[in-house]
Amino acid sequence: MILKGGAHKYGANVDTDAIIPARYLNVSEPGELSRHCMEGIDGDFLKRVKPGDMLVATTNFGCGSSREHAPIAIKAAGVSCVIAQSFARIFFRNAINIGLPLLECAQADEIEQGDELEVELEKGEINDITKNKVFKAEPYPDFMLQLISMGGLIEYTMKKIETRGV
Amino acid sequence: MGKTLAEKILTDNSGGDAHAGDIIIARVGLAFVQDGTGPLALRQLKESGLEQIANPKRAILFLDHAAPSPSRELANDHITLRQFAEKSGVQICDVGEGVCHQLVAESYANPGEVILGADSHSVTAGALGAFATGMGSTDVAIAMALGKTWLRVPESFRIEVSGRFTNGVYAKDLILHLIGKLGADGATYKSLEFSGEAVLNMTMSERFTIANMAVEAGAKTGLFPTDETTQTYLDSRGRGASFRALSPDPDADYERVITIDASSLEPTISKPHSVDNIALVRELAGTKIAQVFIGTCTNGRLDDLAVAATILNGKRRHPKTRLLIAPASSDVLKEAISAGYIQTLIESGAVLLPPGCGPCVGVHQGALGDGEACLSTANRNFKGRMGNPEAFIYLGSPATAAASAIVGEITDPRELM
Repeated sequence: MILKGGAHKYGANVDTDAIIPARYLNVSEPGELSRHCMEGIDGDFLKRVKPGDMLVATTNFGCGSSREHAPIAIKAAGVSCVIAQSFARIFFRNAINIGLPLLECAQADEIEQGDELEVELEKGEINDITKNKVFKAEPYPDFMLQLISMGGLIEYTMKKIETRGV
Repeated sequence: MGKTLAEKILTDNSGGDAHAGDIIIARVGLAFVQDGTGPLALRQLKESGLEQIANPKRAILFLDHAAPSPSRELANDHITLRQFAEKSGVQICDVGEGVCHQLVAESYANPGEVILGADSHSVTAGALGAFATGMGSTDVAIAMALGKTWLRVPESFRIEVSGRFTNGVYAKDLILHLIGKLGADGATYKSLEFSGEAVLNMTMSERFTIANMAVEAGAKTGLFPTDETTQTYLDSRGRGASFRALSPDPDADYERVITIDASSLEPTISKPHSVDNIALVRELAGTKIAQVFIGTCTNGRLDDLAVAATILNGKRRHPKTRLLIAPASSDVLKEAISAGYIQTLIESGAVLLPPGCGPCVGVHQGALGDGEACLSTANRNFKGRMGNPEAFIYLGSPATAAASAIVGEITDPRELM
């Protein structure tokens, strides 16, 4: 699967209060959550973002609370994937579970605001068209690839129950 | 090769031999959600038709983050959670009973089991030797339905703490110091395992404070071995039979070993807007504080209120500094009333809030105004955390908080002890 979009660049430790402040936790409808995406650090994000765009950050993206509302808001805002040097572990699981692709890439810091990107998910390849450079993302462990290919944890669990009981 | 505590507990709960790096399916002993993450978990269960809960006695819904409810929408979320409890038979801890992590520690967590909470500070129960970790709503929902989860067995860091705290220095200062040393992502995916003379001398409450903040360095869990202190605590809660002796093998493999001399520590503080932004309290002396908050799953227990009451006894809060107190549970509140701490705190000008998360997460009570600084005993100081991105949050011990409330500025508690 090939994703295409522009980069929205952030630094280290983008936390879940920045992605979706706690006052919106009573909202669980994705479309409504998306209207507050990145509100904590980037008031103009929603004006700039176009479908398919990507979030790019340095280390520890998604740190803080366990709120799954954070990846849901990002996905529902039209973002196709998040690329960072590293992710906080709860955010990582949450994103995979709800079907938001993440790419862990040591060179994510080289990507700049507004760069046009093309991502080939299966290969873990990030093509920075603006810079004419290709970056490689860390491969997923086999178990997680299975989860992702089935569409997330709920779908994986349902499939397991159907095939052999759990 | 011997096993770390994480490897031992996960081996026991997976029916196989668990080594760091393995992906395992583990039995979940306890699963819980709170009023922020619960509605989404229930929605996932409903949409997937998995509303039959594997073990309703070991699945809990907590109403603590926005309790009592500040709005119609949140009150309706509470109704949803109560209705699900009634229908499914899962446990519910309602408004005013306390913060989920404190109630899990007091009444539910057993040494040696796997605990999943849809809240990042679920790591708190690691102090009792449980592999306790935070996950999102979907993960915990599936664990409630199936009684199982998938886990990658983490590598471990051993945190070896020697010596004893000097006067005015507490467990909070130690964990803030450690997070400063590791960085906010220094232990991502890892298990922190605490050991050494200082750890053996710690009360359960101090161990909860430390385990609670393991996630602020990115850790998956923060584990303590179990000992007499663990046994005495479980006995005091009428749960002595759940005790199990747990310790790592002497030849266990650790990715890193970090040594800290407790006697060398000073009162420590975390500056806005990141928990690893650490300084000594004395270095920030004089910073004006508009609000002091003592409470939370980190530092809202009886001994925390005792330290604050001792410092505030016979004194008043500064006229320009509000002082808010939220006991971590209704049991803590009752004990603090019996011990006279609440009387002392109220006479010093404190406002008593109901047991629960209080102002920590910024959805009700004690939100900050533009430009205001708060000194809080909580675990997180991200921008906007207490409801306002234009405010500033400092994190410190209850002693630092009490001393700063009196002076109206960040104050080293040793000056008032």
